[in-house]
Amino acid sequence: MTTPALAARGLEVTFPVGWGSPARAVDGVDLSILPGQIVALVGESGCGKSTLARTLLGLQQPNAGQVLVGGEPLPTSRSALKAYRRRAQMVLQDPMGALNPRLTVYESVAEGLRIHRVDGEAERVLGALARVGLRPPQRFLGRYPRQLSGGQRQRVAIAGALVLEPHVLIADEPVSSLDASVSGEILALLLRLREQLGLSILVITHNLGLAWNIADRIAVMYLGRIIEEGPTEQVLADPKHPYTRALLSVVPKIDRVKPIVLAGEPPDPTRVPAGCRFHPRCPLLRSGLAGAVAARCRQVALPVLPVQAAHAAACHALG
Amino acid sequence: MGAPPALEFRDVHITYRMREGDIPAVRGVSLSLPAGSSLGIAGESGSGKSTLIFAVLRLQPKSARVTGKVLVDGEDVMAMSFNRLRALRWAGASIVFQGALHGLNPIQRVGAQIAEPISVHEPKLGRTEVGRRVGELLEQVGLAVARGRAYPHQLSGGQRQRVMIAMALACRPRIVVADEPTTALDLMVQAQVLTVLTDLVDQLGLTLVLISHDLPVLANTCRQAAVMYAGRVVETGPSAEVFERAAHPYSRALAAAFPRIGDPRFRYAPAGLPGDPPFPADVVQGCPFAPRCPVARPDCVTRDISLEQIAPGRLVACRYPLVGSAEPRPHAAPAAASTGEGA
Repeated sequence: MTTPALAARGLEVTFPVGWGSPARAVDGVDLSILPGQIVALVGESGCGKSTLARTLLGLQQPNAGQVLVGGEPLPTSRSALKAYRRRAQMVLQDPMGALNPRLTVYESVAEGLRIHRVDGEAERVLGALARVGLRPPQRFLGRYPRQLSGGQRQRVAIAGALVLEPHVLIADEPVSSLDASVSGEILALLLRLREQLGLSILVITHNLGLAWNIADRIAVMYLGRIIEEGPTEQVLADPKHPYTRALLSVVPKIDRVKPIVLAGEPPDPTRVPAGCRFHPRCPLLRSGLAGAVAARCRQVALPVLPVQAAHAAACHALG
Repeated sequence: MGAPPALEFRDVHITYRMREGDIPAVRGVSLSLPAGSSLGIAGESGSGKSTLIFAVLRLQPKSARVTGKVLVDGEDVMAMSFNRLRALRWAGASIVFQGALHGLNPIQRVGAQIAEPISVHEPKLGRTEVGRRVGELLEQVGLAVARGRAYPHQLSGGQRQRVMIAMALACRPRIVVADEPTTALDLMVQAQVLTVLTDLVDQLGLTLVLISHDLPVLANTCRQAAVMYAGRVVETGPSAEVFERAAHPYSRALAAAFPRIGDPRFRYAPAGLPGDPPFPADVVQGCPFAPRCPVARPDCVTRDISLEQIAPGRLVACRYPLVGSAEPRPHAAPAAASTGEGA
């Protein structure tokens, strides 16, 4: 089996909340991203996907479990962590917020090189800008973020990540702040970078269409756990978990299947329900399951979904 | 002739007069909505869609010059006296703004905020009567009456957007305009809010204008759709038609930006358009979309265009409209193609 470029094993992250019970933001996650693979991590806000990303980048200490980089545990020393962060870069949602408005394009892209004391700065910056489709790069060097369009800003942000020649890119909602006609170009760029550089990419998104556009695999996260994972075609064509089915059913489309609109808000990680964590909102349980199964839904916690090649979901009703 | 349309735009131009020069945000829009109909206006940033609908309540800034006519129930909004306008706002037509956090007063309970327009418009109503009406409105949008005592920060994004809808309905308007009401919301919460909105529009027989860049959302919510680009309507028609068989290359690209999950044509093939929507001040002669158009021909950049009928009820501003639904986009954006964005 190929060694994953980046993996999580039994990862748990909790945050203290006042006097109450802590928020279990990441509550036992196994996940693998193979070299050159694009994995979409899908879920609603508050499901823990951004915390998981921060932990994978070594920006957040897990309470339990491990992050594995190329099969090795994430180092803990400051210098080794710094070296790791050069290999794993993040692209944020809003490029206007991610770019310093007082730095030129050149300075923004060169910033990482300076932090990591890499030589050949000018050449690397030009190369990174050309890679992300800002051509000729010279024309953009002296510009400030406000002089760029939204799509160009996101390209600059991606160039700032690429300039360090990372192995892994974690992109948090990379197109949600962009105009619809522009977002496709940014997604095409991510596909091209995977092709040309063999990058492994974890895309965090609530947009299932984006996953269909670019991801090899999908992991669906709910309340700190991955509840379904598998190849994109299988998960989206034949979703097994009732939560995934509900999510898919509310994607606006013309030939719409009857939408399964779940009641209630995304749930609270300080109060993870007993049994299956999804059972209070589960349409399958509400529609009536066999007594024995329903009892397990309410009482028996499901194990962490292990990493595997096949398509799998954590649901008592699946037998 | 029957009743006048609930809302009508007649060759509306709206120009912002700035120190740097005039910025034509809306450049000749004509649309007509019969009472009880629903229209979705699609377009990206800078397309003029928000500017256009602000004019429905004469909310455009002082620096804006409006020509043409905006008619609500046949009455010219720009010519109204201020008293007449005040009656129109809230009671005739109301707007659900995007970004519900900023639309609400952070230090006032949401129930009181819903009550405010009611008391202003119906000063004779007693306090208990207003309170009862606020409770009704909260229930209509699917919130517990007790939530009226909450402050905005105590509510989730979806709940705040419900409060905004309740406020918009407070004075029983005939027209509701919703400007990107679900943009910042999660998928599931978006579905909840849209369900509430469309159910209410049906129940109360309202005329709905929904503004969004999300063509599938419009197609699901509204019967008619208009696509705007660079201050003009470039395509109108039944929303399902516009979404599924767009005739304007821009509408087709916009539709393709929302991939059909399960359709192999979209797998590993995100569809985008090179370049960016034009800044309103930079709009050139000829077809404004021509610089980004994948199927533009030489005369597109030189000759001006106007909306022409291509089928009953369908208008398109394109000299070479696309036909059929065979290909979801006029050009693929394959991963291998190099794309440089314009300056």
